[in-house]
Amino acid sequence: MTEQKPEQRPEPEDRGTGPDTSASPDPSAAGPDTPAAAPSAAAPSRRAVLGWGGAGLALGAAAAGGAAVAFGGSPDTVPVAAAGGSVPFHGAHQAGIASAVQDRLHFAAFDVKTKDRAELVELLKEWTEAARLMTAGLPVGEGGFGGLPQAPPDDTGEALGLKASRLTLTVGFGPGLFARDRFGLEGSRPAALVDLEQFPGDNLDPARSGGDLCVQACADDPQVAVHAIRQLARIGFGRVAVRWSQLGFGKTSSTTPDEQTPRNMMGFKDGTRNIAGTDAAALDKHVWAGAGDGSAWMAGGSYLVARRIRMNIETWDRTSLQEQEDIFGRDKGEGAPVGKSKERDEPFLKAMKPEAHVRLSHPDSNAGATLLRRGYSFTDGTDGLGRLDAGLFFLAYQRDVRTGFVPIQRNLARHDVLNEYIQHVGSAVFAVPPGVRDKGDWWGRTLFA
Amino acid sequence: MRPARLTVVAAASLVAALTAVTGCAEKSGSGGDGAIKVAASDTACDVSKTEFPAGKVQIDVENKGAKVTELYVLFPDDRIVTERENIGPGTKASITAEIKAGDYEIVCKPGMKGDGLRTQVKATGQGGVEKRSPEADAAVAAYRQYVVAQSEETLPKAQVFADAVKAGDVEAAKKAYAPSRIGWERTEPVAESFGDIDPKVDVREDGLEPGQEWTGWHRLEKALWADNTIGDAEKKLADTLIADLTDWQKKVGQAEITPTSMANGAKELLDEVATGKVTGEEERYSHTDLVDFKANVEGAEKAYALLKPIAAKNDPELSKQLDTQFAALNTLLDKYRADKTGYDFTAYDKVGEPERKELSDGVNALAEPLSKLAAAVAK
Repeated sequence: MTEQKPEQRPEPEDRGTGPDTSASPDPSAAGPDTPAAAPSAAAPSRRAVLGWGGAGLALGAAAAGGAAVAFGGSPDTVPVAAAGGSVPFHGAHQAGIASAVQDRLHFAAFDVKTKDRAELVELLKEWTEAARLMTAGLPVGEGGFGGLPQAPPDDTGEALGLKASRLTLTVGFGPGLFARDRFGLEGSRPAALVDLEQFPGDNLDPARSGGDLCVQACADDPQVAVHAIRQLARIGFGRVAVRWSQLGFGKTSSTTPDEQTPRNMMGFKDGTRNIAGTDAAALDKHVWAGAGDGSAWMAGGSYLVARRIRMNIETWDRTSLQEQEDIFGRDKGEGAPVGKSKERDEPFLKAMKPEAHVRLSHPDSNAGATLLRRGYSFTDGTDGLGRLDAGLFFLAYQRDVRTGFVPIQRNLARHDVLNEYIQHVGSAVFAVPPGVRDKGDWWGRTLFA
Repeated sequence: MRPARLTVVAAASLVAALTAVTGCAEKSGSGGDGAIKVAASDTACDVSKTEFPAGKVQIDVENKGAKVTELYVLFPDDRIVTERENIGPGTKASITAEIKAGDYEIVCKPGMKGDGLRTQVKATGQGGVEKRSPEADAAVAAYRQYVVAQSEETLPKAQVFADAVKAGDVEAAKKAYAPSRIGWERTEPVAESFGDIDPKVDVREDGLEPGQEWTGWHRLEKALWADNTIGDAEKKLADTLIADLTDWQKKVGQAEITPTSMANGAKELLDEVATGKVTGEEERYSHTDLVDFKANVEGAEKAYALLKPIAAKNDPELSKQLDTQFAALNTLLDKYRADKTGYDFTAYDKVGEPERKELSDGVNALAEPLSKLAAAVAK
């Protein structure tokens, strides 16, 4: 591809290098009613340009025009910020769901330690404030240096000088939060937030499962994502404690069909038929909870299922190409469904083996169940036996877990031949509340206020 | 012990403010009539003048009492400017010291015990010692007393441990091991400020520098629990431990302590817990980590309690948080404690992963606000 020469221009979303950053953008500038408000198009870094591969055209437009590329015109969809730029934090929906999928992930699940509802609310407000700053590329509190010499700085500092990198922070509430005699929320638990059943083949590690709260941090720069979780964990000490966390180094799905479909650790294109972040009708039908769905406070929110899926990398690599392609139901090079020539050709399910992964997980095999997938590949080094501890950290958003993940996973757990090469080792489910609308709003207001 | 030593108070700062020249002044040239005369008895400590010019000062003391006495010149926070011990009945002694302008106390300690008989004195002139608020001085003085008391209480307990080792009594030595460490663990940041003592008494095998001989508690811990045997080398090391702890006890009153270093010391005690005790690294053979854990928390809580009048005024919200989190962590620790007054804790190898996580969460919950205490008292 042709490398684009990035346009040189001031970048207000550069992280302030101190508490006196005067060029800070007002993070509240983009209100919920101006979702197309141009996220400032910062010059993409060289790595980001290369990483985008086939997206050269879109990037070229962004760089040349100096403006954001927004796909579609639906008021509820989030425009695509150029790499390095910032994604609006405020909106009807939380960013990080329909938003264009960034390259990197740091996901953390928390246990709530405080028993005091007011303290929990205060934490959510403090988190919201910090998120507002960080997603705009700014340090938290009074910054990373220049404060009282006797006190540790408010911001830990490793993201100083880095761009906003399309950081999105997305918060979810786990079932435990709604438990009886805890925060008085037992009446507010949405029916759509079910405890996941034990699916056949599950080998779940409690230390990698569950959680009262979650934060999904996605960014194009891993340091920006890690920084964000670190600040929130630090702000939370005493009120919440990190239960588990997961780094993801490569996106496996995109919500931008114009981009090249990323490949998973098995080498196959993943998420070809994912819901596009611009497809407002599909998002409303399959992803966003409606006001009439049973829990009014969740209107505009969504439900997240997170699964840590370990892959038996070494045995997969010894599997013949034919078998690999049969298992998925797509060819490895192009990603075309069996019998078709192009990746995006409509799959003809009956041409596939009955237990092919694509066939089993297709909406037509699951009464229309459709998920917005936003997973990431992970590699946490190697296990004690020298095997790559790698796989897919599966993240899927849906309108109702009962009609989304559950039927699909029942089908897959029972029949998928891929199960020979994968194992689900971590699991969690969260109600992801609607977006933070403006500067006075905070995460979870509709639930707690 | 900490692997990379962060000395809050550099060892070199001992007697930093002044170079105390202690010695006999029989041939005193500068003294003479300018000398301060102290008439000490078992019940009195008469100081001839309470105001004198700053600079080189000579103090002549005569012990007219029946008990052995000591003479100290102290800063307002009880840090020692200079001292003379073992002044026998009927004997005289002279001390000279370089004393900067400021307020001091001259103290006689008949019987070498207690707070002593105190007289306020003033060195007049230029270049005084930095003044602190009375409440800050009170906090530092009280903490200094605590630190000194901890070292004094440690020695007899360490002696019980050393005696058991020397008697070759493995079981008795094991029993005396953890209690002998409590005073040290409570005040470790101050002890560490004397750079040379910590590596002698509290170093772990993995913390040794090339060529360094392994001495101290953990060397004996390994002998008792891992090797299950006491040889001649161990018996000798028991004596070395007592000698090194005696050195600590002698020096500890001279440590430079400030409200900020107290607050930082409290935070460092929690750092010790977070990096050494929660992981079970500190007491890897004896698994008595929770005893150290408790002692670290107690030491931090003591420093906080003494600073609280200042902290509560400057940052009431922080003070409230610290009260809550100290209480919560102590409650959590009590789950592993046989009775609420003793130091009989569950062996750490019997504490499961989820429980260790819970303890770690409790430490984080306290350590985060504690890291803000120094700024609150420095305001």
